[in-house]
Amino acid sequence: MNAEQTLIDYTLRLADNALILGQRMVENVAAWPELEEELANANFALDFLGQARMLYSYAGELEGKGRSEDDFAYLRDEHEFRNVLLLEQPNGHFGDALVRQYLFEAAYVHILGALVECRDEQLSAIAARAIKEVQYHVRHTSKWLIRLGDGTELSQTRVQQSLHDVWRFTGELFAADDIDIAFQETFGGPDLSAVAALWRTDVAAVVSEATLVLPDDEWMATGGKQGRHSEHLGYLLAEMQYLPRSHAGATW
Amino acid sequence: MYTQGLDQKESAGKRPVDAVEAAEQLQAFQARIDAEEKIEAKDWMPEAYRRTLIRQISQHAHSEIIGMQPEGNWLTRAPSLKRKAILLAKVQDEAGHGLYLYSAAETLGVSRDQMVADLLSGKAKYSSIFNYPTVSWADIGAIGWLVDGAAIMNQIPLCRCSYGPYARAMVRVCKEESFHQRQGFDIMLELSRGSPRQKAMAQDALNRWWWPSLMMFGPNDSESKHSAQSMAWKIKRFSNDELRQKFVDVTVPQADFLGLRMPDEALRFDADAGHYRFGEIDWQELFDVIAGNGPCNKQRLEKRQQAHDDGAWVREAAQAYANKAAAAAA
Repeated sequence: MNAEQTLIDYTLRLADNALILGQRMVENVAAWPELEEELANANFALDFLGQARMLYSYAGELEGKGRSEDDFAYLRDEHEFRNVLLLEQPNGHFGDALVRQYLFEAAYVHILGALVECRDEQLSAIAARAIKEVQYHVRHTSKWLIRLGDGTELSQTRVQQSLHDVWRFTGELFAADDIDIAFQETFGGPDLSAVAALWRTDVAAVVSEATLVLPDDEWMATGGKQGRHSEHLGYLLAEMQYLPRSHAGATW
Repeated sequence: MYTQGLDQKESAGKRPVDAVEAAEQLQAFQARIDAEEKIEAKDWMPEAYRRTLIRQISQHAHSEIIGMQPEGNWLTRAPSLKRKAILLAKVQDEAGHGLYLYSAAETLGVSRDQMVADLLSGKAKYSSIFNYPTVSWADIGAIGWLVDGAAIMNQIPLCRCSYGPYARAMVRVCKEESFHQRQGFDIMLELSRGSPRQKAMAQDALNRWWWPSLMMFGPNDSESKHSAQSMAWKIKRFSNDELRQKFVDVTVPQADFLGLRMPDEALRFDADAGHYRFGEIDWQELFDVIAGNGPCNKQRLEKRQQAHDDGAWVREAAQAYANKAAAAAA
């Protein structure tokens, strides 16, 4: 794999993660428990959309085939998406969506931390901007996890179940493949085993303060980063992409 | 859950002891209004003034919150990432407007919880326009262009409303609404210059949203039951019909610019008066929608109720956690 292709592939993974999580969060608009949380959810989703747009534009520039941010988002099929499986999982209730976001961002914040220092100037600049947003999100979601865990008996039961339900998707965040390794070697990208250690320390502390129990590491689902997805992604894409696909070549 | 303590049965401030004092107080209040002074939360005010404002501000807040639904309906399907981000920012602004407006109403002695309960029980109203469905992407353009355009006509004068907290909230709301209106027009412009299918989509949206937008200004002046007193109190500055005419005069040339046709055979320019004359509004439709019989009344309230119910365990958990934290700190 040449360095250019590694950079494109790596950038698209980051972009797909941001878009798919953003899209899932957008599904929750006008359905959240309190007005303040509506604002937070929309605001965070906007951050992800903004990150996705910057990353897709950069990938298009690197690729040099004239593909726009929208070409990447709207005109690729399921197997071309490279987001982790965790993010395409359906929203469930507030606790499910919160846990999914927190577990991802608790890793993403360290990935961005490494990217800020990476040898690709543009990716480093995007990461420097994104990390400020993500640090804030993590503060917000970890506080909510603590509130729900240490809230009522019902909220504790529910959010504990949320943790169990998605735990099997967390392994993929740290399962380094050829692209991750090449990106680390060539561009000084994140060492995913180091990220995993930081993530585990952070998550264990929050889960403990939330009076919850860290699930056991059992079988971990992988494949999203290589384009092998769950059934859920197809529906998400069908809804998201239908308009540009049914009006080929139109501008909006 | 955060604001229960704000509910008041009695109005704030000193109560007049006899009829003479009451008349003097009322006269002094009106003199302040006439002098364009702002009335603030802790000032004395007639009970009817307080009630009128609570009704109007809470209706406005509810409209922002319910209004998130028809637009949110296209968030997952917005046809470009840029449009998605702009629409999401707009829907977020609406949640923000709801928040300032509930806060402005709370200064009058009613809690957000009470206002939300009144919305869910059907006691409080919200703008009839949000009971229409958004069936195509062009509806998002039409809402921005027409609905936000009509809202701006109504709301700019509210920046000079006699009640200070409302007037100040409206300054910020209006700045954002003006951006919303432009984004709606921009969507319509793109569609009307696009493919024949896109242009047809834009025309169809205009056909469906034009008349309900005119209804947003409320009944004719002769039928408007709250108007005269609200004008005297300078809560309202222009009549329903004046604002509606202004909206028509501004909007018809914009439709011409888009190359779209207004769905009104009677529409014509009266050169002598300098105004567009338009056809008769179907008032029965407005009264039906207000009475709960619009295309989406049931759906909108059910969705709000569902979100409220689904969130109960989360709010209870947050309260329980806050209570534990407070007990630990004590």
